[in-house]
Amino acid sequence: MTEPTAEVIRETKLYKAWGLSEQEYKIITDKVLNRLPNYTETGLFSVMWSEHCSYKNSKNVLRKLPNKSKRVLAGPGEDAGILDIGDGQAIVFKAESHNHPSAVEPYQGAATGVGGIIRDIFSMGATPIALLNSLKFGELDGEHTKYLAEEIVAGIGGYGNCIGIPTVGGEIAFQERYSNNPLVNAMCVGVINHSDVKYGKASGDGNLIVYVGAKTGRDGIHGATFASDEFADDKETQRSAVQVGDPFMEKLLMDACIELVHEHSEWIMGIQDMGAAGLVSSTAEMASKAGSGLIIELDEVPQRETEMSPYEIMLSESQERMVLCIHPEFKNDVLDFFTDKLLDAVIIGKVTDDRQYKIYHHKKLVCDIPVSGLVDDSPEYKHTGSRPKRLDISDKQFEPNVEDLKSVWLSILKQPTVSSKEYFYNTYDSQIKANTIVKSGSDSAVVRIRNTNKAIALTNDGNSRFVYVDPYIGGQLTVIEAASNIVASGATPIGITDCLNYGNPEKSEIFWEFEQSVEGIASVCEKFDIPVISGNVSLYNEYNDKAIFPSPMIGMTGLLEDSSKATTQGFKDAGDLIYLIGETCDDYNGSEIQQMQINKVEGRLNKLDLDVISKRYQKVLSFIDKGLIKSCHDVSEGGLAVALSEAAFEKKLGFKINLNMTTKQLFSETPARFLVSVSKDDRDKFEDAVGDEGKQIGFVANDDFMDIQTVDSEVKINLNEALSSWKEAIPCLMKTE
Amino acid sequence: MRFAVIVFPGSNCDKDLYYAVKDGINADVKMVDYRENSLEGFDAILIPGGFSYGDYLRSGAIAAHAPIINEIKRVANLDVPILGICNGFQILTEIGLLPGCLMKNQQNKFICEDVELSVENNQTVFTSDYNYRQILKIPVAHGEGNYYCDESTLNELNKNNQIVFKYCSNINGSVENIAGISNKKGNVLGMMPHPERALEEIVGSDDGLKMFQSILKSHMDRVNL
Repeated sequence: MTEPTAEVIRETKLYKAWGLSEQEYKIITDKVLNRLPNYTETGLFSVMWSEHCSYKNSKNVLRKLPNKSKRVLAGPGEDAGILDIGDGQAIVFKAESHNHPSAVEPYQGAATGVGGIIRDIFSMGATPIALLNSLKFGELDGEHTKYLAEEIVAGIGGYGNCIGIPTVGGEIAFQERYSNNPLVNAMCVGVINHSDVKYGKASGDGNLIVYVGAKTGRDGIHGATFASDEFADDKETQRSAVQVGDPFMEKLLMDACIELVHEHSEWIMGIQDMGAAGLVSSTAEMASKAGSGLIIELDEVPQRETEMSPYEIMLSESQERMVLCIHPEFKNDVLDFFTDKLLDAVIIGKVTDDRQYKIYHHKKLVCDIPVSGLVDDSPEYKHTGSRPKRLDISDKQFEPNVEDLKSVWLSILKQPTVSSKEYFYNTYDSQIKANTIVKSGSDSAVVRIRNTNKAIALTNDGNSRFVYVDPYIGGQLTVIEAASNIVASGATPIGITDCLNYGNPEKSEIFWEFEQSVEGIASVCEKFDIPVISGNVSLYNEYNDKAIFPSPMIGMTGLLEDSSKATTQGFKDAGDLIYLIGETCDDYNGSEIQQMQINKVEGRLNKLDLDVISKRYQKVLSFIDKGLIKSCHDVSEGGLAVALSEAAFEKKLGFKINLNMTTKQLFSETPARFLVSVSKDDRDKFEDAVGDEGKQIGFVANDDFMDIQTVDSEVKINLNEALSSWKEAIPCLMKTE
Repeated sequence: MRFAVIVFPGSNCDKDLYYAVKDGINADVKMVDYRENSLEGFDAILIPGGFSYGDYLRSGAIAAHAPIINEIKRVANLDVPILGICNGFQILTEIGLLPGCLMKNQQNKFICEDVELSVENNQTVFTSDYNYRQILKIPVAHGEGNYYCDESTLNELNKNNQIVFKYCSNINGSVENIAGISNKKGNVLGMMPHPERALEEIVGSDDGLKMFQSILKSHMDRVNL
């Protein structure tokens, strides 16, 4: 195929099909290059200036998020953020979305999402210790949604299980809006010594650029641009833009890179993974960070297909590839090192000091553009938001119908978002590395740091129903929910990575939701001093012009100085006293019971008092630290009814409670409440410490009953009946006809 | 006592086994590359779980042709204890040191959970510290752990007391709930569950520790004879 000339590209506006606007093209021709870009160059600009790489639509909003604290060693801008955890150690983490690829090719889309996020962690030199994921699917009533759920979960497990990093937690929610645009957000956490941290920099005139890993094919070309567009029925052909993963290759690559950083740090200047927009993005960013230029010889790039054009080689998103910048005197050492690890490694270029990005193909210069033009000069858009009409609604709360308490209680346990996710989670290896103290199923996962007393608590949260009904408060609640989960395990929240999933930001109402919810998130982060140190934005999540719910996902980490104090949600012994910490109000808008009873969510949310919540967190943490509470469960979706049931299920212990609240309040979702159990012997000590904030509501019983009394009703539910409702719901729904 | 942990490309439980020996029973342990051709000087050989060579052809099928395999076969003949866990078990059946094979789980899905195992033979070097029919809580994590053998092999296994562990409930379709078997002489054991992940209460169970202690004790008894 002969490539169109620069003039033809201008005249036919070919660049528009690749996602560049006329205005953007004009900036390239008139300001960046002062000439017309050729075919290859146009392709490079189109991916580097896509939303996925440049954040041109979101940068302005993202600046609102705080990214500093005394623990932050590296924040946004690197492959992943780094937080100090003391004793010369740090944790490295990031979450990334892989929504679009997973919608068209669920197994590979999800698998490569996991593969990509793992590379972001080990490219910093860190050893990955845990994976989490946040998944949002349509309701499990159609075959297509079931297929997506089954394949996405299999893809996540297939990759993580093979590479040998435990998948320890996450969340799965179901809502009709995700039927054709599922959300797949994956998070990876690694550990590193401060002294081993490596950054993705290509500096030092004459240093060499090394390509390591899988060969380059035509897969995933324009993946980044594709992720910056909407879905519609007529776009099914996008399947070819999805990459295929090879976890075995990545295992080799991961072990080799970690060993290289630890044992031969002096050989390398910088290391970066090839993710979205492949070779161009990784190398241009490395040069940009160092303020240098690069020459790349495409004939040296290992290729698994013939006749690949420079455009294809540069934009391929073939998986399991890394770029290194090394000192020339260690060239042979580096190449031999990788050969021994069964990996292809070749020199594909070198660092220059002219700040130009030059590419040669068959000895011909096919690209010569300023590095800054690719990385920094993309325009930034300030969209104006407009408040969606649906929010013009009174702040009256929804009235749940709880006449038949037993049946409502059992029904809510069967809601897919509430019910047990074992069907999915048991297909993930959650225990490899033998460090998992608390796995999926409790409020947060807890993973110890081997050879220390420390442990890290991890959670992924984002209740998009709240964000949909009230973007600002809903945004706040995503952080509150994550922090409550971390606190319930006994850990202090220390940092956040986020995936911000929304519809098309060029639509003013969508942009408004985006901006408002990010402001909500930022307000809580500021208040609680929890920085957002990494993450990504996924926009254009729409199908046939209908957007997903605004879905920010918070991946939070917490630190436990003493891993033996990790606390789980389940009641431990009969006779223990049950307390509820935090007042219960009438909060039904956006709740599980509202969704269940009227099949939609609506209404405003009550304002939060962050001071009260902050103090409550400190209290709960001090109870756990002093060993005063035996179990601790954050009360969230489905309210106290669900929290009590889940606490009872862990060790199959019944309970008897007598509540000074109305029956409907059992289903209220007032945030930041904790259900705890306390040994009788500690009653006085605990009650002194908790004061008015905690009230005893009952005790753990040695039988099979959940015995509940409220001010207006009384019911006794068989624990086994409740347990099977909760456990069987998803396996039952997943059965295909 | 000196342990070897064999490392194939794609092994991923190798470090867990290394820590199990080093921290669990404070014995000497060395990682041995699949390209080595001597296991001289090792008193026990551990073949870890994982996805050797990605398990792309069939679990353990490519690992069965690695250079170290001949040496594993040689020392197996010399009565050196050889323990294969998960992918290690699959490799041991592939190279013929253990009979039968491991098929895809009946439910056609990977499974990871704590399971209950019954010790069916506590007269081996691997299980002497357990009681007969003791129930252990040990995690499994596999996609291909459905043990199968033909009827005459099964009769042999039963007759020679080679069934060492059984699942208390059948989690993957294995014949007779088999979770682990030994060779006739009892020095080669393959099992799907992961004792190296059950060494401390804090990670859910310490029921796996006695397995490593048994190997150590049996060795000491032999040396002191």
